[in-house]
Amino acid sequence: MKTDKNTKSVTDAQNQKTCFFSRWFTKILSSGFTASLFAIILGLLTGLIILLVANPGQAVSGFFMIMFGAWSEGLKSIGMTFYYATPIICTGLAVGFAFKTGLFNIGATGQFTMGAFAAVIVGTSCSFLGSAQWIVGLLAAVVAGALWALLPGLLKAFLNVHEVISSIMMNYIGMYLVNYTVSNVPILYNQLTNSSAQISDTAVIPKFGMDKIFAGSAVNAGFIIAVLVAILMHVILNKTTFGFELRAVGFNRNASKYAGINEKKSITLSMTIAGALAGLGGGLLFLGSLGKHIEVVDVLASEGFDGISVALLGLSTPLGILFAALFIAYIKQGGFYLQLYEFSKEIIDIIIAVIIYFSAFSLFVRGAIKRYLSYKKEKAEAAAGSMGVSGSTSNSIGAGKAGNGSTGNSIAGAGKAGNDESKGGSV
Amino acid sequence: MDYIIEMLGITKEFPGIIANDDITLQVKKGEIHALLGENGAGKSTLMSVLFGLYQPEKGIIKVKGKEVAINGPTDANALGIGMVHQHFKLVHNFTVLQNIILGVEEVKHGVVKTEAARKKIVELSQKYKLFVEPDALISDITVGMQQRVEILKMLYRDNEILILDEPTAVLTPQEIDELMNIMRDLVKEGKSILFITHKLNEIKAVADRCSVLRRGKYIGTVDVEDADKEVMSEMMVGRKVNFTVAKEDAKPKETVLEVKNLIVESKREGHTKRLVNDVSFSVHKGEIVSIAGIDGNGQSELVQALTGLSSLSGGQIFINKEEVTKKNIRYKNTHGLSHIPEDRHKFGLVLDYTLEDNLVLQEYFEPEFQKHGILQREKITKHADELIEEYDIRSGQGSVTPARSMSGGNQQKAIIARELSRRPDLLIAVQPTRGLDVGAIEFIHKQLVKGRDEGCGVLLVSFELDEVMNVSDRILVMYEGEIVGELDPKVVEIKELGLYMAGSKRGGHHED
Ligand SMILES: Nc1ncnc2c1ncn2[C@@H]1O[C@H](COP(=O)(O)OP(=O)(O)OP(=O)(O)O)[C@@H](O)[C@H]1O
Ligand SMILES: [Mg+2]
Repeated sequence: MKTDKNTKSVTDAQNQKTCFFSRWFTKILSSGFTASLFAIILGLLTGLIILLVANPGQAVSGFFMIMFGAWSEGLKSIGMTFYYATPIICTGLAVGFAFKTGLFNIGATGQFTMGAFAAVIVGTSCSFLGSAQWIVGLLAAVVAGALWALLPGLLKAFLNVHEVISSIMMNYIGMYLVNYTVSNVPILYNQLTNSSAQISDTAVIPKFGMDKIFAGSAVNAGFIIAVLVAILMHVILNKTTFGFELRAVGFNRNASKYAGINEKKSITLSMTIAGALAGLGGGLLFLGSLGKHIEVVDVLASEGFDGISVALLGLSTPLGILFAALFIAYIKQGGFYLQLYEFSKEIIDIIIAVIIYFSAFSLFVRGAIKRYLSYKKEKAEAAAGSMGVSGSTSNSIGAGKAGNGSTGNSIAGAGKAGNDESKGGSV
Repeated sequence: MDYIIEMLGITKEFPGIIANDDITLQVKKGEIHALLGENGAGKSTLMSVLFGLYQPEKGIIKVKGKEVAINGPTDANALGIGMVHQHFKLVHNFTVLQNIILGVEEVKHGVVKTEAARKKIVELSQKYKLFVEPDALISDITVGMQQRVEILKMLYRDNEILILDEPTAVLTPQEIDELMNIMRDLVKEGKSILFITHKLNEIKAVADRCSVLRRGKYIGTVDVEDADKEVMSEMMVGRKVNFTVAKEDAKPKETVLEVKNLIVESKREGHTKRLVNDVSFSVHKGEIVSIAGIDGNGQSELVQALTGLSSLSGGQIFINKEEVTKKNIRYKNTHGLSHIPEDRHKFGLVLDYTLEDNLVLQEYFEPEFQKHGILQREKITKHADELIEEYDIRSGQGSVTPARSMSGGNQQKAIIARELSRRPDLLIAVQPTRGLDVGAIEFIHKQLVKGRDEGCGVLLVSFELDEVMNVSDRILVMYEGEIVGELDPKVVEIKELGLYMAGSKRGGHHED
């Protein structure tokens, strides 16, 4: 009896140890981060298959280009990656921030366009501002984006009009308004290229030495601004009372009201901030270099929709979004060089689409990982049991979580669609 | 002995806690088997294991003597096991009928066929006296009717083993009686019922046997006939429990709440019915005033109007002699009012927040917890740890436990802790002990009395007659939106109170 107890405590201690590792391991594996990583790997594999089908001979080198092409011209291509990442960090934040507060901001495109528009107006017509012109331009972009989101925000808060509907409308209104105005106001318009006129030199965002480090690339201080804004959003959401309120309203509007939070104000503000972020993205892109113009075509700006992808991949957290945007810009940059191997660069868009597709299934992927882990655990335990090590109190956090995580799935599977009251009410 | 269900050596862990530790539960065919245990003892978890929502780390389940693997509700259904969850799982913008057939609907050429289903539902509801309106939206019907929908859902699937997780917590005494009759009918038909409740009277009234859990462990099973309430409650909490609250006579001081001619009109379109009709009363510091009444007689609307959750159509409200009729919720909350809401999931908690964040939900903006708009995490955690200790809030990971993963009773304790710890002048408590175990109820009642003795005025809304009679110093009875009587709990008999509540008697006892 006594020896029995001793062995038991020994195995317990061992368990404790393995438990720590397995807990840590499981935590990483079952977090959203892994799900995103899996989505990325699956997306890249799909890309490889497409390359193989399109041109087997060049496929492997093409794939290497995608993976590492963004290094191919050294710091210059890294600089370009940063440059491309800048606007989609902002639109990603615009979508992610709204999402964290319970809103689906599909209007990032329109807000981005309005931001770009305001920036271009200041950039073309306010050269009297001198060296402050770019700052005023960016501020104008922020304000314009914010105003464009304000209306859907107000509609949602006070009339419970779903923000998806109203912000889709705002996207189109914004696009046509901008196209119409640009092509009808001489000072804004360049007839030859059918796009907006050149902004003044002082309207261009300064380089802040970025051009020295990343010589030959278009990167500028805008990237630094975007990174700082992402960090700022992280702090606001997670560390401040303001963020506490916004998220509370996102999770449960009724409880927030009960806690004395002005939920209408919160919803309006959160949408407005999201719009400001997207607007900033427009400003940063269009004041980023002399060569960028608003083209008068009836197409919604793709940066807004990229923002949705980025937010999804980055799990809507500001820092996740920062990295997701960098990643997407990185493989886009690689895709640019893909043309060297006679592949069309649209292949990258397909790969990105696949990645997004899989990360939309991240919950599913996560569930699958957990199930796999718990299955392995069970097998291991069964094996251990037959070997006579039975005293072990199973410390299988993994399995515990697995059951836990699959709850939602299985309920839905049985068709009982457990609906979350608080969320149902607020949507 | 023939057992229809055997759960042997079940162990289920969650991060930081062993929710079920080697539990054995054996249910005979055709019996009502009660499951008793403190808040967080692991009852819901055990039932979720049986229903296939959780996979246990250890243990086996036998149904009708055969070992089975239940990997999900679909498996459970196939074995004839159905479950009504502690917090219902209904789709709110679906009709009753749609909810009942969801998942087992008959489909022909891609179109859902409902005639046969409707017929079966009507038959079932007549047979078992489970009255429902098949075409009403879930969001429009009362909790009692939602409960019946959940039960019909199981019967519709021809389940033989029915799990009811705290079905009576949300029901009125009348509805509870009805439910118990239905349960008796069901076992007469040969069905077996697993019945979770904290109310020992109910166990005495319907159950055949009762198994007791404590802190995740199995304590034992008793025949209900041979065991009295005291024995069962001692088995459950490990000590003796007092069912009556010891308290001195109230010493009412100045008025803390004054309500003048309050009117709330129905907000549904086309209705002008007065849900609260010209109600006036006051509550003094140092007394506990109960509002008794059958659910649906305007109590919820009255409270929501008082706290500001919904607007009132007329009248005035004074807290601490200051008119607050038009003040916002934050103002009232920071000027002496605390509120334990009726629906803990809808109003009381942000389920996706941690326990510690929920515990500062009414105070996060106070200088104590923030500096220049930055949350003071350390202080928030410390605050939570203190309340967890004081109010015995049990959870897997302490202050950082997501509120969603806590047991129902412990969620309730968290709300009570938050609201009482703010030392309010006026506490409006709606069904504060709903879903709590007897030990916790005793504790909460003591806290209410303690608060009263320290000068807090308490307005208690409860459907539990025992609670009303036990705790309050003064009883107001509400019937059809009006206050129809003011009674003294020391004088009035429960029967008489019932007459007032049913609307067949009016007028104040004290005026006699
Ligand atoms: N999904 C989950 N994730 C993590 N912990 C959980 C989960 N579900 C339950 N727990 C924990 O397991 C323990 C048992 O919970 P359970 O809900 O089974 O209690 P209960 O006996 O039903 O209590 P109550 O009477 O309050 O409803 C609690 O401490 C709870 O915090
Ligand atoms: Mg429970």
